[in-house]
Amino acid sequence: MTSTESEGRPTTPAGDRLGPTLFERSRPGRGGGKVPHPPKDALARIPADLLRAEGPRLPEVSEPELTRHYVNLSKLNYSVDSGFYPLGSCTMKYNPKIDEWAARLAGFSTLHPFAPDDLAQGTLQLLWELETALAEIGGMKAVTLQPAAGAQGELTGILMVRAYHRSRGDTDRSEVLVPDSAHGTNPATASMAGFRTVSIPSAPDGGVDVEAFRSALGPRTAAVMITNPSTLGLFESRLCELLDAIHEAGALAYMDGANLNAIMGRFKPGDAGFDVMHFNMHKTFSTPHGGGGPGAGPVGVGGTLLPFLPSPRVLREPDGRFRLEAAGERPTGIGRVRAFVGNAGILVRAYVYIRAHGDSGLREVSDDAVLAANYLKSRLAGVVDVPFSRPCMHEFVASSASLKAETGIRTLDVAKRLIDYGFHPPTIYFPLTVEEALLIEPTETESLETLDAFVEAMARIVEEAHSSPDLLHSAPHYSPVRRLDETTAARQPNLRWRAMTGSQTPCPD
Amino acid sequence: MAYGPHTNEDRARMLAAIGVESVDELFADIPPSLRASKLELPSPESEAELTVRLRDLASRNRVDLASFLGAGAYRHFTPAVVDQLLLRGEFYTAYTPYQPEISQGTLQTIYEYQSLMAELTGLDVVSASHYDGAAATAEAALMSCRATRRERVLVGRGVHPHYRETLRTYFGGASLVADEIPLVSEGPTAGTTDLAALERMLAGADRPVAGVVVANPSFLGLLEPMAEMGRLAHAAGALFVAVVEPVSLAVLATPGEYGADIAAGEGQSLGLPLSYGGPYLGILACREALVRGIPGRLVGMTTDIDGRRAFVMTLRAREQDIRREKASSNICTNQALCALAAAMYLGAMGPHGLRDVAALGAARAGELESALAAAGAPRMHPGPYLNEFAVRVPAAPAVHARLIERGILAGLPLARVLPDDPSLADALLVCATEVTTPDEIAAFAGALGDELVGGTGHEGADREGVGRETAR
Repeated sequence: MTSTESEGRPTTPAGDRLGPTLFERSRPGRGGGKVPHPPKDALARIPADLLRAEGPRLPEVSEPELTRHYVNLSKLNYSVDSGFYPLGSCTMKYNPKIDEWAARLAGFSTLHPFAPDDLAQGTLQLLWELETALAEIGGMKAVTLQPAAGAQGELTGILMVRAYHRSRGDTDRSEVLVPDSAHGTNPATASMAGFRTVSIPSAPDGGVDVEAFRSALGPRTAAVMITNPSTLGLFESRLCELLDAIHEAGALAYMDGANLNAIMGRFKPGDAGFDVMHFNMHKTFSTPHGGGGPGAGPVGVGGTLLPFLPSPRVLREPDGRFRLEAAGERPTGIGRVRAFVGNAGILVRAYVYIRAHGDSGLREVSDDAVLAANYLKSRLAGVVDVPFSRPCMHEFVASSASLKAETGIRTLDVAKRLIDYGFHPPTIYFPLTVEEALLIEPTETESLETLDAFVEAMARIVEEAHSSPDLLHSAPHYSPVRRLDETTAARQPNLRWRAMTGSQTPCPD
Repeated sequence: MAYGPHTNEDRARMLAAIGVESVDELFADIPPSLRASKLELPSPESEAELTVRLRDLASRNRVDLASFLGAGAYRHFTPAVVDQLLLRGEFYTAYTPYQPEISQGTLQTIYEYQSLMAELTGLDVVSASHYDGAAATAEAALMSCRATRRERVLVGRGVHPHYRETLRTYFGGASLVADEIPLVSEGPTAGTTDLAALERMLAGADRPVAGVVVANPSFLGLLEPMAEMGRLAHAAGALFVAVVEPVSLAVLATPGEYGADIAAGEGQSLGLPLSYGGPYLGILACREALVRGIPGRLVGMTTDIDGRRAFVMTLRAREQDIRREKASSNICTNQALCALAAAMYLGAMGPHGLRDVAALGAARAGELESALAAAGAPRMHPGPYLNEFAVRVPAAPAVHARLIERGILAGLPLARVLPDDPSLADALLVCATEVTTPDEIAAFAGALGDELVGGTGHEGADREGVGRETAR
């Protein structure tokens, strides 16, 4: 091991090694004692041909083994609770612990979704107040909390756009315009909602190419989806022109709110002229990401789309009582997008976050997020390429293009080496418009010492790229596993446990 | 700021390093005409103040009643170990496992979840999760259209009404057709999906069917003739989609056994709190042959460059971040932590524990059926059920409202969710699970008996009206 390598070895938050699966830990006769045994004849009234032939082969493990299984697995994860997670476009900031406490209050957590309104006044009030707060932050007329994630929020928004055009008999609008720097969910959403995606190129300054945009816009355009600030971390500086052109063409303006964390209290999309937007609760209001969800993707609308909000809405009666819309009460709505009123457990957490910060705190969140990103950008400017020089919002794009030309080291190698230094890598190869991209988002909850340590690690990695490139090609070295054979995983998919596959790939213990 | 680390000195240092005087300069790109007015929100609150506010809000919900409410979301016992383990920040504050080298914890738990759900459903491929049972059902129907290149599905009216509404919303966007299969109105199979009607609807060669979507148990709690419906669907070249409830799969025939191609369902009953409807767990599973068309993430077992076992997200060419407008769905963030909770729950219960949960619920439901029938509320449908069923109660909504005053949440008045079906105007959908006690059953039956002896439906309606008047 070289001295660089050993010095580089961090106190990596991830643990050391994989353990066996739950299935390999199973021994017949272990576990049990959680619920009483039923009478022997409990199922006698059900015809035998409707019952399963043999019981499911679920693992049998004792509680201590189960506990160690999951505790040890958890140690193999990198998380915000363990370290810096500058994953651009994902806003991995600290998740306040009070949120977990609040969502677990029995009054919230044991309330049935079909509980009559009179029994659900606490949750209904919380949801109504949250809708009101989000409408204010977004400058929107109203908000639905139903969508389970940002992508479902996008679908909800674009389905409302479709319903709006149809309600006017305007059925020729078959296209949705999406900038080429957008998240993949935007074009995928347009397809799901029955539209054709037209991709708009970016201009050299990172903004939408306004001339290309104007020539694509027309009587077939149903909506334009704009991520603002963009996925390059830049505010769309010609936004006034874009919004005017969209509305002149009879189309609607959708704002992807993924990057709202940069602009709270500085820019209200609805007031600026956007007709519809979604919010990402985990990105902006710090609900935990859970390793891939659950999230929540509320959608705000201006007056144009108000009639088309999904059902049921949360309503406040003149007497101060709260209720859900009844079945069939508002026939103009697009219908339901899920079974019940929303990911209420997540929405409780977002509500807590908004109340904790209040008016001044949310603005400070955005100010500090933007300040930290610009600080990190200016410090990294001499270390790697930083393609866009104007001030960024809450994130910025760096690039290893020059490094690759000089040393052959790619962004992937830099990212993997960052793992050895104890950091989660930034988002890589996104946006697609920047070569060898590293999209870096420090968030407002990382200390100056952490930001400086990250710069230091990046500088050392660039040195290593010149002095010992093999170290980077083969990184990471100190993670629980090393680079993976993704080709075989895709060609011969092994997607579930079977005893056979266990013997093929030996149990780690 | 409550959770930020920056002191004013830190901020000054950062501004100096950037070379600007104030943070405002960093927002110069926002056109002056678009700059926001002040946020009209309440002032910040300390944690101490917030805990008081939240306790107060939570206490305005009433969760102390003896509840017989199910209808797609179920009360169950969750072992304490599940929530203790879920509180590990290493799990709940991690992102999607895009960097597999430092995400093996999340990846292995997803693989295990897929494996556990494969055992329960009898199908080979299980997606890492969808939003909830409704969204998973809609995705399953869309999947059947892509797989068959047909544009029409048949959905049984025994599928949860909210799932059918969600499916219609999703289909409206894609300009696909969803026709509903009626239920049998009388006789020994009353309330189940009408096989003869299904056969007729499949016969029209000019409107070929992509998928037949049926729930077992149905929304009304009834067990459906799944094998027969699967055969009819396959004979017409359609896929068969089963909407399932996972606890029931400990004892009921599985989608794999009765030949379903796809299974969708709600996983809330596997250790997730009711939480007023979410976050829940959308289950989506399919036969191996359909693996490249299933939407949502998949985790596979592989090896690292040293040959050690490892897990990774795989078959990514189906997903939105790779395929963009050609992806199988726009789904990105799903319900990973809920899938983890379900896996932990299954690990804690084991195969025998899960069977006990299902069978004890069935036993309690049998006791509930007898008690309610003795009180004057007989079952509406004669066919077999597991732990949920509809009973006939004159003026059901009014009786339901009065029982709340007596501490009983008497299930769901079906008129509330199926107002267009007159045969259900006098029906309550009730369920029992392993946590339902004999005392609760006795209290429900006693109170209901009093109500049914004490007044007619007409009076009941009047009394409800008066009650509402006073409440305002």
